[in-house]
Order: sequence, then structure tokens, then C-alpha cells
Amino acid sequence: MKEQLLLLLFICTGLYTNAQLYITKTGFAGFYSKTPLEDIKAENNQVVAIIDTEKKQLAFSMLLKSFTFRKALMQEHFNENYVESDKYPKAVFKGSFTGDIDVYKQQVYNIQVEGIITLHGADKKITIPATLEMRNGVLSGMAKFQLVPQDFNIKIPSLVSDKIAKLIDVEIRIECNPKK
Amino acid sequence: MTNRKLTTLLFLFFSCNTIFPQDSSLLKMMDDSLMAGQKNIYATGTFKGIHIINLHSIEAPAKKELVFMIMHRFGKINDGAYQFFGLDNATMRMGFDYGLTNRLAIGIGRSTFEKTYDGYIKAKLFRQTDGSGKMPISASALIGIAHTTLKYTNKPYLNAKYRTQYTAQLLLAKKINRNLSVQLSPTWLHYNLVPMAADKNDLFALGMGARMKITKRASINIEYNYLPAGQIRSFKVYNSLSAGFDIETGGHVFQVHVTNSQGMVEPLYIGRTSGSWGKGDIYFGFNISRSFKFGKK
Repeated sequence: MKEQLLLLLFICTGLYTNAQLYITKTGFAGFYSKTPLEDIKAENNQVVAIIDTEKKQLAFSMLLKSFTFRKALMQEHFNENYVESDKYPKAVFKGSFTGDIDVYKQQVYNIQVEGIITLHGADKKITIPATLEMRNGVLSGMAKFQLVPQDFNIKIPSLVSDKIAKLIDVEIRIECNPKK
Repeated sequence: MTNRKLTTLLFLFFSCNTIFPQDSSLLKMMDDSLMAGQKNIYATGTFKGIHIINLHSIEAPAKKELVFMIMHRFGKINDGAYQFFGLDNATMRMGFDYGLTNRLAIGIGRSTFEKTYDGYIKAKLFRQTDGSGKMPISASALIGIAHTTLKYTNKPYLNAKYRTQYTAQLLLAKKINRNLSVQLSPTWLHYNLVPMAADKNDLFALGMGARMKITKRASINIEYNYLPAGQIRSFKVYNSLSAGFDIETGGHVFQVHVTNSQGMVEPLYIGRTSGSWGKGDIYFGFNISRSFKFGKK
């Protein structure tokens, strides 16, 4: 009885300190729009991400003003005219993934992520493939997908519609450390 | 296993589970670290153009950005139908503005009015921060020089020194909300040559400007340059008042306005405005700017 109890306590504390929470504050998010007239590239290296390997949940949050563009003018237009970052400062994703992650195995996992992106005051449900990789206690994640600006009530004036791609390529890369 | 054992087991199992953070606290934690990790975020787009109308705004081209700008003023509206209400005549200034760094810009220009060349340096001293309220206003400093080259056959003694004027301005601006920005610009002007001894070589003035957005890409702009009386005595000078629209499309800014000043460089429009709104000496005009970006980053 005593040994069993001790074992259970050990497992419990083990679960707790096992850190199924992985977190980063310096994740990467980038989006790209390619048209014959103009290439737009914006990158953000201050993405906060949390992955719960036990509950198979994950969440991302980023400030839209932290996206940097090659042209300062584009950055200004992005914030002022398109995503209106003074009204809607953040882009958030909350969701879950399929597949089991063994935090003790150095392995690459191909997962399906499903969840809701909140941007410019609009919610959009997405399901995308992604990869997670466990290496030396660091959990890395990678995903590439496409978004349509109109899904988030972002209007593109006809005057510039040839300069902005209909589908925007999005890339996410994170390296999360166990939360202590 | 006895029932007691099972109860203990279950109890321990659930007590373990409660240690894990709830979803809401997880998201709160995420938000906290998101805000904590941010560097200062500056207010952008206080004004759309480098000039509010004639007056320099706090804005300047970003690093390695070149702005080509044409400022154009037709003749006076009160010239009447014969001059097609001013459209038969025009003066213009062509200018290039370039960002050396994100906070330091230079510019050169050439006006047909008095065949004037001008150059300036503009430095962003402080930048208004967004939200946090650390820095409530933006401030830029402007140093300018203007040189008129129009030949006067009866005044051959007018050498380069006599033809040069200097400007120093402090540009203080605040973006009050997403639609409204205001600017105040204490100005010092120095003319190496003035028409009469009674006229001061050094003039002090206060420029004021505002921008009110009416749609995402258009705004109403107004600008007033107050020149305290008594500084110029030998001829009549009016305060420069201008009003117009900004329309922005991608890398272009179109500004359409009416003003009582014909000159487009500080010593000409602040200290030498001869037009009076009351008499109908109103010039219709526009500024067009196009931005070009050099370099990869």
C-alpha cells in the first residue's frame, strides 16, 4: 500500500514537472504576397506560442504592429488601412492538434491542427497540416498555409488589387522550451 | 485493491490534475508575455505627406526611401476669366527627399518662383509612442536654406550672399486619435537681404496644421502660418492660410488645396505671402509625391 502510494505520488509530481507546457516568446510568423507587380513580405519575430502536449492544445498570439516590411510605407499601410492595428492590435490562434507527442522521443510528428484564427475582429476556422519536432527537450513547430484577406473583412481597393495576391502565404516557425 | 485504496488513488489523480493551469490562465499568461516582450511601438501616419500643405510635417522618408514630389500652384483665382481663373499661369517646385536613416532625412528642391533652389535636413527627435503613453508627442527639427537666382538687370550687385535665406523650425505633432493629428511649428527665418531697413532680417512665426481623416485613404488638411505683426513694415504681408484634401493610393500621395501663398519654401510662404484671402488672391494647387525604395532592407 505504502509503496503504491509513493509510486502514485511520484507519477503525479512527475506529470506536473514533466512540463507538458511548451512556450516561446520569440516565435516567427511571416506572410508573403507575390504578384507580377509587387512582392510583399512581412515578418514578425515576437510571436508568443504555447503548446500543451498533454491536452493537445496550442495557442498563438502576436501583435500586428510587430510585423516588419521591406518598405516602411507598406508597413504603415498594412497597419492603418488593412488590419487597422489600432483597433485590433492582435492576431490570435487557438486550437488543438491530432496525434500523440512523446516528449521523451526525438522524433518528428506530422499533425493536423484545427482551430480558430482571430484577426481584424473576425474569426475563421482553419484545419491545416503542420509538423512538430521534439529534439533535446525543445519542441519545434512548423506550418505553412494560406489565408484570404476577405475572410477577415479586410477590403482591398480595386486600385491595388493587382498588387496584392488573392491568397496570402503564411509561414509559422516556433521553438518552444518547457515551461518551468 | 480495497475501496480505500481506490479512493486514495482517485483523490490523488484528481488533485494532480487540478495543478495544471486552466485554459483561461494559459491565454492570460500568453497575453502578459506578449505585452511584456514588446519594444516601444511608435504612432505611424501622423500625417500622410512630408508637407501638410506648404508646411513641413513631422514625417520624413524612411531609410533608403526616395520621395519625388511635385508641388504646383496655379495663378490667382481672382485673375478672372481672361486668365481662366489662374489656370493659365503656374509656379511649381520639384523636389527630392531621401531618408539617410529612419530618423534623418535630407531634401533638395527647385521652385520656378524667383528661380529658387532649396535644401533641408530634417531630424526626428522624439517619436510619439502608441498606447503606453511614454512619449505623448512627436518632435522633429528642420533646418533649411533657400537661394533665389532670378536675375534683376537693374540690381547687378545681388550676389549669392544677398540671395540666401535660412529656416529653422521645430515641428511638434500629436496624433490625437486614429483620425485626427495636429502640429505646431515655432519658426525662425533669417533673410540676408531685406527690402528696407525697417524690415527685420530675423522673423519669428508660428505654423499650425491639422489633418482629419474622412475615409481610410483620404483626409482634410488645414494649415495656418501666423507671422506676428510689426516684423515687416515696407510692404504688406499676409499670414499664409491653406486648406485641402489628401488622397493616398499606394506609394502616391495626392494633395489638392487652395492657399493664399504662391511660394512653396518657408522664407517665401511664411515671410513673403502677398495674397489675401479677403481679396480673393487664392491659388489653386496640388502636391503629388511618389515614393521609391532602394536596397533590400
